Amino acid sequence: MTDPVLEIRGLRVDYGLGDQAVRAVRDVDLTLHRGEVLGLAGESGSGKSTLAYGLTRLLPPPGVVSGGQVIYHPVDGPPVDVLSLTPAQLRRFRWAETSIVFQGAMNSLNPVHKVATQLLDVIRAHEPKSTPAARLARARELLRLVGIAADRLDSHPHQLSGGMRQRVMIAMALALEPQVVIMDEPTTALDVVMQRQILGQLAELRERLGFAVLFITHDLSLLVEFSDRIAIMYGGRIIEQAPAGQLYRDALHPYTEGLLHSFPALHGPRRELTGIPGSPPDLRAMPSGCAFHPRCPKAFDPCDETLPPLGPPGDGRPDRTVACWLHPVATPR
Amino acid sequence: MRFLLQRTVFYLFTAWAAITLNFFIPRLVPGDPVQSLITRNQGRISADAIESLRVLFGLDRNDSLWEQYLDYWRQLLHGDLGLSFTFFPAPVSTVIGDSLPWTVGLVGITTIVSFLLGTALGVGAGWRRGSWIDGLLPATTFLSSIPYFWLGLVAIAVFAGPGSFFPSSGGYEAGLVPAFDQYFIPSAIQHSILPAATILVSSMSGWILSMRNMMVTVSSEDYITVAHAKGLSERRVALSYAARNALLPNVSGFALSLGFIVGGTLLVEIVFSYPGLGYQLFQAVGSKDYPLMQGIFLIITISVLVANLLADVAYLLLDPRTRKS
Amino acid sequence: MTISPSSIEQVIPGQGAMAQPSATPGRTKRRRLRFVANAKAATGLAILGIYCLFAVIGPWVAPYDPDARSGDVLQAPSASHWFGTTHLGQDIFSQILVGARSVMVVGLLAGVLATILSILIGVTAGYLGGVTDEGLSAMSNVFLVIPALPLIIIVTSIVEQASDTLVALIIGLTSWAWGARVLRAQTLSLRRRDYVEAARATGERTWRIILFEILPNLTAIIASGFVGTVIFAVMSEITLAFIGISSISSWNWGTILFWAQGQQALAQGAWWWFVPAGLAIAVLGTALALINFGIDEFVSPRLRTGGRTRIRTADGRTVRMRVGFTPVLAPKPAVPAPREAAPRVDGAR
Repeated sequence: MTDPVLEIRGLRVDYGLGDQAVRAVRDVDLTLHRGEVLGLAGESGSGKSTLAYGLTRLLPPPGVVSGGQVIYHPVDGPPVDVLSLTPAQLRRFRWAETSIVFQGAMNSLNPVHKVATQLLDVIRAHEPKSTPAARLARARELLRLVGIAADRLDSHPHQLSGGMRQRVMIAMALALEPQVVIMDEPTTALDVVMQRQILGQLAELRERLGFAVLFITHDLSLLVEFSDRIAIMYGGRIIEQAPAGQLYRDALHPYTEGLLHSFPALHGPRRELTGIPGSPPDLRAMPSGCAFHPRCPKAFDPCDETLPPLGPPGDGRPDRTVACWLHPVATPR
Repeated sequence: MRFLLQRTVFYLFTAWAAITLNFFIPRLVPGDPVQSLITRNQGRISADAIESLRVLFGLDRNDSLWEQYLDYWRQLLHGDLGLSFTFFPAPVSTVIGDSLPWTVGLVGITTIVSFLLGTALGVGAGWRRGSWIDGLLPATTFLSSIPYFWLGLVAIAVFAGPGSFFPSSGGYEAGLVPAFDQYFIPSAIQHSILPAATILVSSMSGWILSMRNMMVTVSSEDYITVAHAKGLSERRVALSYAARNALLPNVSGFALSLGFIVGGTLLVEIVFSYPGLGYQLFQAVGSKDYPLMQGIFLIITISVLVANLLADVAYLLLDPRTRKS
Repeated sequence: MTISPSSIEQVIPGQGAMAQPSATPGRTKRRRLRFVANAKAATGLAILGIYCLFAVIGPWVAPYDPDARSGDVLQAPSASHWFGTTHLGQDIFSQILVGARSVMVVGLLAGVLATILSILIGVTAGYLGGVTDEGLSAMSNVFLVIPALPLIIIVTSIVEQASDTLVALIIGLTSWAWGARVLRAQTLSLRRRDYVEAARATGERTWRIILFEILPNLTAIIASGFVGTVIFAVMSEITLAFIGISSISSWNWGTILFWAQGQQALAQGAWWWFVPAGLAIAVLGTALALINFGIDEFVSPRLRTGGRTRIRTADGRTVRMRVGFTPVLAPKPAVPAPREAAPRVDGAR
């Protein structure tokens, strides 16, 4: 496999400070490799969005990053720890190296400015020496890339449909040719036809431009199709991680299995939809041991006592990890 | 332009409502107000004035209310607001014409300056939450709770007085003739500083606070996060993204509060004996000069409506969503 | 004397992708308590309580008859006359105490009247919609745009020597429009909520839906509208008295200012004549404004000032918490999480 572009090590993100802090992301390790699509799935409240906003340091107060490292590897030059950048450095780093496509296509664009203004200001902020003509040409090219006519530059966001707005956001995310694009439920607000259209386009663009994608969604079936690797989050932790096909065919963690049975499969044999009984854990009062054990149909002795570590399962499949006592880690230190 | 058309129709409707209200108010007076005026001002009212009052109150004729209403409109459309009782035989329109420029100059300009300044400070307070500007908020709350006219009294007591630079009353030096020359204009400015400062101090805090709260609300919108994620400069995110959007509700709030503000600021004129509409209204009330009172109310209402329309135009220019072709 | 636009109107429920976990519905009782715990609201309520107390006991505890003349003409504050005396030797402290009742009665009465009107008109317009809505909205917009104070001045001046009740009535009848507008907007959005739709679908009577489903959710807005109207009513009443339109025989703080202005208190340097009344008004206004801030912050906690906004970050500096730059906390001594012996193995390696 290729070399890593973004390494998250032991990342912790809290809401609030001191005793009242709610630990939303707990010691997450995750690696994104150059050019791959890494899917991140989980129920709402599992911490997947918090993880994305935490690692980019965009989480609003009272969110704080309380530990860990986020190492970015540029194409050339030494690795950068995103969490130790000063605001000025961070501003330069943002969008040029990692860009983000947000959930709400409706609210991501500034309603009072034209599309052109919002595309051009990011280019100008990062490339102050470029000429206005060059910037405009780039903006036109970007819109063409996502299949929007260049005359839409003069439109205001409210004049665009939901799908168009999200495509403008994708065009904007690619404006500076970043190595990493983080997508937080980019298609959730759209209808299924539009969803597939945009995802198809995205796959094509990635092929051409070679950026890596961290794709966050609650829709696991989407990831199975669209991503190279999938990580599952539960209660602020990664609980399973595997190549997409393997995860789909052979989920190890009971929670992953439950998630897979919550969506109809797009291809392949029909499966019974069962869902997962119970509700996601309260981050303020997490269950002891494995956070999933109160809902787990296969829970047994150690589950409510000891937190299972995340690692390759003992039955030898080195390219995947799981945190479950059913599949104890091969070499527990 | 549909939006503007709609608003214009609404303001015309409001103007009609205000004028109709104006028509009915004197007719609600119990008894014969003219007779009581005559008895109170024994021999000091001329016969013409009595006649003019009777027309106003609809007491002299046996016309139906509807005919009186039509007559009232006919008069109004000719710019005839009746004769002032205090300044007899001057027509009300002349009295108002003399004082209107003073009010527009003082109240109009200070209201706009107060809005702009307050909004600018509110942007700062809302963007840099927890900074020193937040510490000013309690003080501004206190200042805005003080009646304008009382603050004026205090300002006179503290700053004006014999030998002070600030005159305590009037709009210009006694003995000067109103004209745009080098004697009159400096004098007029000198006389307006203290009343203007009074209005500014007590009206600004409302704008600071509402803009601060809008900034705080807007700051959690997704497009602000996107702007940060884009690595734009702090200044650009604060002004072009946050403040630009927070301004919209503040402008519509400005339009809606104009009626309240103008009412309050007129009182400052009373304290400073400033020769504007507020002071004129005060005098009219004191001498029960109904035609003048009504005329002033009408002109204030119409000025506020025009100001509202201007605020709507400003809103139209600021918000592309209302600018549908 | 402005009524600053309440931010409640602009609070949008649900804040998109960044919404944080909100309180669960079962916690309303605790939230209500938290409102009183809000420092601003508590201060405001305490001051208001004191004013109400004086409104009740003022005339009894006043050391002098406010009308009684004496030989101590235009005296500065002293032990026998705490706030000094007028040109007729009347005790200003007693006038303030006695005047409190009139101020509070008019303020509260007008506030109640305007609030009832605003609920009737605003909620009806918002809930019924259609032609009713358009008519009522147009009416409240007209009342909103017409300058209220000049109208009140003119209407009151027509009545000879208007009593407190009449003044309250006139103010109440002219100042409901702002509340009605805000309530209409909120009712409109509530009406589209699922639980109201559900209640309508099951054939619940309209008045029951309004009373049990809509009104409870408007409490904060109604309260804030009430407080705003009371501020406006108090200011208007005092203004009317100050310019000598309402009855000058009964005492309120505006009457005191009326006499002070009329008798050239300023020119005579009798600051004690007008300063106490003005401060009494300003403090009452501040108290009411504080209550409204409390309500605002209660409804949208983001508006809160203060709290802990500065924290120490990993690089040893203190920064202000703000949107866009999540602080990275100073690392605690590296203690691994309890019972977690996770070897940092990365799946893909």
